Amino acid sequence: MTVWIDVCHIDDLQPDSGVCALLEGQQVALFLMAKTQAIYAVGNFDPIAKANVMSRGMIGDLGGEPMVASPMYKQHFNLKTGVCFEYPDVKLKTYPVRIDNHRIAIKLEAE
Amino acid sequence: MSNKQTLVVVGNGMVGQHFLAGLAESGVAEHYRVVTFCEEPRAAYDRVHLSEFFTGKCADDLSLVPEGFFAANGIEIYLNDKAAGIDRAAKRVTSANGIVIDYDKLVLATGSYPFVPPVPGHDRAQCLVYRTIEDLERIRDAAANSKIGTVVGGGLLGLEAAKALRDLGLETHVVEFAPRLMAVQLDEGGGQMLKRKIEDLGVKVHLSKNTALIDNGERCLHKMNFADGEALETDLILFSAGIRPRDDLARACGLEVGPRGGIVINNDCLTSDPDIYAIGECALWNGMIYGLVAPGYAMARSVVAHLAGGGQSFTGADMSTKLKLMGVDVASIGDAHAKSSGALVYTYQDGRSEIYKRLVVSADNKKLLGAVLVGDANGYSTLLQYCLNGIDLPENPDSLILPPRSDQSVGLGPDALPDAAQICSCYAVSKGDVCAAIAGGCKSLPALKAETKAATGCGGCAALLKSVLDCELKKSGVEVNTDICEHFPHTRQDLYNLIRVGQIKTFDELLDKHGRGLGCEVCKQAVGSILASHWNDYILGKAHVGLQDTNDTYLANMQKDGTYSVVPRIAGGEITPDALIALGRIGKKYQLYTKITGGQRVDFFGARLEQLPLIWQELVDAGFESGHAYGKSLRTVKSCVGSTWCRYGVDDSVGLAIELENRYKGLRAPHKIKFAVSGCTRECAEAQGKDIGVIATEGGWNLYVCGNGGMKPRHADLFTTNLDKETLIKLIDRVLIFYVRTADRMQRTSVWMENMEGGLEYLKSVVIDDKLGINAELEQQMRHVVDTYQCEWKTTIDSPEALKRFRHFVNSEQGDDNVVFVEERGQIRPANADERKHFKLVEEAA
Ligand code: SRM
Ligand SMILES: Cc1cc2nc3c(=O)[nH]c(=O)nc-3n(C[C@H](O)[C@H](O)[C@H](O)COP(=O)(O)OP(=O)(O)OC[C@H]3O[C@@H](n4cnc5c(N)ncnc54)[C@H](O)[C@@H]3O)c2cc1C
Ligand code: SF4
Ligand code: FES
Repeated sequence: MTVWIDVCHIDDLQPDSGVCALLEGQQVALFLMAKTQAIYAVGNFDPIAKANVMSRGMIGDLGGEPMVASPMYKQHFNLKTGVCFEYPDVKLKTYPVRIDNHRIAIKLEAE
Repeated sequence: MSNKQTLVVVGNGMVGQHFLAGLAESGVAEHYRVVTFCEEPRAAYDRVHLSEFFTGKCADDLSLVPEGFFAANGIEIYLNDKAAGIDRAAKRVTSANGIVIDYDKLVLATGSYPFVPPVPGHDRAQCLVYRTIEDLERIRDAAANSKIGTVVGGGLLGLEAAKALRDLGLETHVVEFAPRLMAVQLDEGGGQMLKRKIEDLGVKVHLSKNTALIDNGERCLHKMNFADGEALETDLILFSAGIRPRDDLARACGLEVGPRGGIVINNDCLTSDPDIYAIGECALWNGMIYGLVAPGYAMARSVVAHLAGGGQSFTGADMSTKLKLMGVDVASIGDAHAKSSGALVYTYQDGRSEIYKRLVVSADNKKLLGAVLVGDANGYSTLLQYCLNGIDLPENPDSLILPPRSDQSVGLGPDALPDAAQICSCYAVSKGDVCAAIAGGCKSLPALKAETKAATGCGGCAALLKSVLDCELKKSGVEVNTDICEHFPHTRQDLYNLIRVGQIKTFDELLDKHGRGLGCEVCKQAVGSILASHWNDYILGKAHVGLQDTNDTYLANMQKDGTYSVVPRIAGGEITPDALIALGRIGKKYQLYTKITGGQRVDFFGARLEQLPLIWQELVDAGFESGHAYGKSLRTVKSCVGSTWCRYGVDDSVGLAIELENRYKGLRAPHKIKFAVSGCTRECAEAQGKDIGVIATEGGWNLYVCGNGGMKPRHADLFTTNLDKETLIKLIDRVLIFYVRTADRMQRTSVWMENMEGGLEYLKSVVIDDKLGINAELEQQMRHVVDTYQCEWKTTIDSPEALKRFRHFVNSEQGDDNVVFVEERGQIRPANADERKHFKLVEEAA
């Protein structure tokens, strides 16, 4: 079973920057890439720094892949797959995102 | 189970784990059922960096095992269980917990244990050793109720242990049996120099001391009685008197061991039983036990190769070492003691700066046999390459250890190295491997590290690796790329000019006209800084917010747990009692950890994201402004008290410092900028250690430029003397804007000037003689910055739009539950990993 959970209005996102959402106890970082209008959702926990800070990282692309750089120690993570560019066995969780009537919803897999 | 053979590994220490990792990587693991016994309560960890346990690393940080490693590779591990017996006839291992495994191949990687001399009293309480994490926990506990600590043994490990004791705040002594420190690696002269340096650091060294008895002390817990009649009182004793191989298991099952211990192995690391290997510190090869990790790793690789059917035998290892002991560089290479027949010795000793260097060369003066370096180990990589690769020495070998005269450099270009030259000893990476990786497309240091693993162990080879990379890139015609990143084919200076000339005001516009892709944290941050320097718009405006680096985005400095610090400006360090009371009140109200910084102001730590605007509202109400501690911008102008009070003061340094700080506050630059003003040449404000330094003299102000502290301290250069205030400010305006326009990203003024063709003289000709005819423009730009200053925090708390970002969740008012504080010395601090475990707050990465 999976559920879509309503999070916020699209205007609550910060273009080219991030916000963090709380979803049933999970912290999810949401990014809006203004140029491509793509929205990405990944885990907010930085597995290297061990702090909930990913939503405060800078975004952009590396070799064409959308990425977020950890604000703490600057490792890069692929926003689509969550995989760390520097340490491929380190990964952020990723979540599907949907826009419906200007509202953002995130899909949670049931535990 | 299938018809796989069973491979048992006894010991999951550094070498055992390296073996398992090699086995998994080579694919050999698939052909075996692999079982390993680990006596310790946790899987392998990095003993080499064990001391970092005392400086904040937890057991997890030291782990050598990637998450999920055993499961992913189908390796069975029995933690907390030691192999207790081997039945070679039945080919069976039995563990202390009663697990029985039949093996086809067995690998012993049992390591060694610290030798404790059998002195009467050696087993008293607080007599400890230094090998495992549990040992360190015991030391920490014992140190908590001790004043004096003593290390028995002045070798490499003993000195490292001494550092740990000193860092724990104990009065520290080192007692050594031999007449010098590090007797194995150093010669007489080197040992003496090291002793002097270590004593300068406050550690007392006692040489030629043989401990005869340990009994009750009068002032301390113990009294160590030496054979020469002297005695030393101490609360804690740490034995570090050498290691002994753990060969008991091998001995009991009849494997051949050496006369002084160690499991005898051949070049394939096989013991006297053809189905049993031994590797690491338990193994005796050619009469040698290697007490270092790199030879153990080489043995592990050779066993993986042997199991795979290939041949890569172990034929000995180099024991050269380079380390930093309590901040003192020490290195020893090859035949340091000049034991080879006919060896010639060159020694260089600089009594003043305390550097000792010794070269041991062959009788024909052609080859380097060994070396000792104390106090300055910069030449280590070069000398090691001469020694290991038998490269012909220059005509005057002593030129390799003499300080460079004029501009002749003593480096050995990486070009001179043969392909077989080992660049990284930890991972056995040769120059050939590195070149192949570069040819295969690794054109950056991170790529090269990821591909070859070089420089990912102790890190000692990083500089050499980089020089090989640069040299190879240059040779292959790749101009060493100066583009800021993949999104702009330009340097920072180019971008500055494009923005200035094209009157560009946003990142998107610049990217559309001159770049490609979406940008990244490197170019965005650099462009954000340039736009701020040049136009000085509010940095959290919609077009700019995504360009700000971590700290600028929230106008505060992110700490390790994701909370922030808050630093209000205290210009010149001058503060009224009322303002101090206001700070005290605010710090107390929000329960912030409070400390005085090295920049003469107050720092509050532990503010949560959502608290920042509340705290700043109160600070602004009390008259404070942003201190820009987060920005690559002006930080502080430090002052001494000056002529107003000081009986030697020549001019009002505090007044000038405040004026300068208020003039330049908010100026964004390629890196941070620090100033200081001293009221006389006694220099209590340390102005010569700053980017801009000013010192009062009878004739006027003297201006110094381009100094800094930090990683590579540099004294500022005297720029010009006897200035009145107006001229002084003009000159500073020009220097700063010229720096802002022409420096590279993240380049302090010192590096900027050193890389400038013509250096100081050129800078003078631009700024004083107006050689480029741009001074009026530079001053005008500074005027613009000064006139458009705004306190970013004031703007932010007045802007509902900007404030929206200062909450942890976009859809909830809650805070981050991963932020946990504990109390220490009456204030908060972030909980460490162990404490978090206690609170069960450590989230494991998915
Ligand atoms: C708070 C403070 C330590 C303290 O408790 O005293 C401090 C704290 C930090 N320093 Fe510093 N430095 C502090 C004074 C200094 C000084 C002393 C001084 O200013 O007189 C120096 C040496 C002088 C110099 O810079 O030339 C200093 C040299 C550094 C460096 C090395 C710079 C270099 O060029 O090598 C860094 C790293 C960097 O900037 O890249 C650094 C970086 C940092 C960072 C920003 C590290 C980080 O990214 O988290 C720390 C921020 C902590 C925070 O959240 O506030 N800090 N740092 C001091 C703040 C002074 C202030 O009031 O603003
Ligand atoms: C503080 C410190 C600093 C050091 N610094 C350096 C340095 O800078 N450079 C350097 O090259 N080297 C250094 N070393 C040495 C380095 O740590 C060792 O060379 C390395 O750990 C050897 O690896 P090993 O696997 O042979 O032994 P270990 O790492 O000791 O591993 C052996 C493991 O086997 C286990 N074991 C033993 N018997 C059994 C059994 N019967 N059943 C199950 N398990 C068993 C032990 O409990 C242990 O966990 C340092 C060592 C220490 C203690
Ligand atoms: S020296 Fe500066 S950067 Fe390093 S830990 Fe201390 S405060 Fe942080
Ligand atoms: S020599 Fe230790 S990492 Fe390369």
